[in-house]
Amino acid sequence: MKFISYLVIGILFGITMFKSEAASWFRIYEMFRFDSFHMYGIIGSALAFGILITQWIKKKNIKDINGTPIQIQSKQKGFKRYFFGGIIFGLGWALAGACPGPMFTLLGANYTGITIVIISALLGTYLYGILRDKLPH
Amino acid sequence: MDWMYDSWPWYVSGPILALVMLLLLIVGKRFGMSSNLRTLCTICGAGKKTSFFNFDWKAQQWNLVVMAGTIIGGFIASHFLTNDHAVFISENTIKHLNELGFMDAGKAYVPSMLFDLSTISIKSLILLFAGGLMVGFGARYAGGCTSGHAISGLSNLQLPSLIAVIGFFAGGILMIYVLFPLIF
Repeated sequence: MKFISYLVIGILFGITMFKSEAASWFRIYEMFRFDSFHMYGIIGSALAFGILITQWIKKKNIKDINGTPIQIQSKQKGFKRYFFGGIIFGLGWALAGACPGPMFTLLGANYTGITIVIISALLGTYLYGILRDKLPH
Repeated sequence: MDWMYDSWPWYVSGPILALVMLLLLIVGKRFGMSSNLRTLCTICGAGKKTSFFNFDWKAQQWNLVVMAGTIIGGFIASHFLTNDHAVFISENTIKHLNELGFMDAGKAYVPSMLFDLSTISIKSLILLFAGGLMVGFGARYAGGCTSGHAISGLSNLQLPSLIAVIGFFAGGILMIYVLFPLIF
C-alpha cells in the first residue's frame, strides 16, 4: 500500500515535470535568459501554495498517515555551502538543462543523452562525498 | 480533454508540485530528489570508502520508489499524453539559440545536438558529463536541489534555501551569459 502511494506520487511528479516542460532543456535556457514567465510561474505558484500548506501544517499541527505530527525540519544555518554549492548546481543545471527530478523524467521519455547526465551526476555526488571534509561549509 | 495533450500552463503545474510536496508530507516523507543520487552511490558500494555514504540506504527505499515513479511518469507523459513534443519557447530565445547552433529550438522537447546518443558529438558528451557532474556535486554540497530548496525549503521560509536558490540562479546566469558564448 505504501509502496503504491510512493509510486503514484512519483508518477504524478514525473508527468507534471514533462507536461509543464520543466524537464525541457529549452525551458531552462529560456528561464535563465528571463525571456518567459513560464518557469517563474511554475516555481512561484508552487511556492505560494507551498507556503500556505507549510503554515497550515504548522498552525493546525497536522498529522501524517501514521498519526505522527508532521515536523518540518529547519535547514542547518550556514552560508558557504549553500552559496557555493548553489552556484555549482546552477552552472550544471543550465548546461545539462535538467535537475535531479527531471533527469529521471527524461530517462522515462527515452531521451538517451540523459543517461550521461545521470551517470555523471552520480559521480559528482560521489566526488562531494570524498571531498566533503576539505570543503568550506 | 485536449488540454491534457498540450503543454500544461504554469498555474496548473505549479500547484501540482505543491500537491506533490503535501502528499509526501502526509505519507510521512519529505520532497527531495537529489537524495536519491546519494542513496544510489551507497547501493553501488560507496560507503566502504567514504563515511558520507555509509548509512542504511534501506531507510531511503521509499524515495527510490518515488524516483521510479518519476521515470514511469516521464514515459507515460511523452508516449500517451503528448502529440507534439515541440516546446514553444519565446521568439527571442529561439533567435539566440539558432545563433548558437541549436537549430531545433522551438521544434523539439530537448536539443538533439545534446540528447540524441546515436548522433552525439564528443563535445556534447563532454558538456553533458560536465553538466551532470556539477548538478550532482552542487546539489549535495548545497544540501538539496530544486525540490529540496526551491520548493520545500523556501515554502518553509528557510534562509539557507534562499541563499542556495540565489546561488542556483547566479550559476545559471553565469553559464548562459558568460560561458555559453565561449562553449557553443
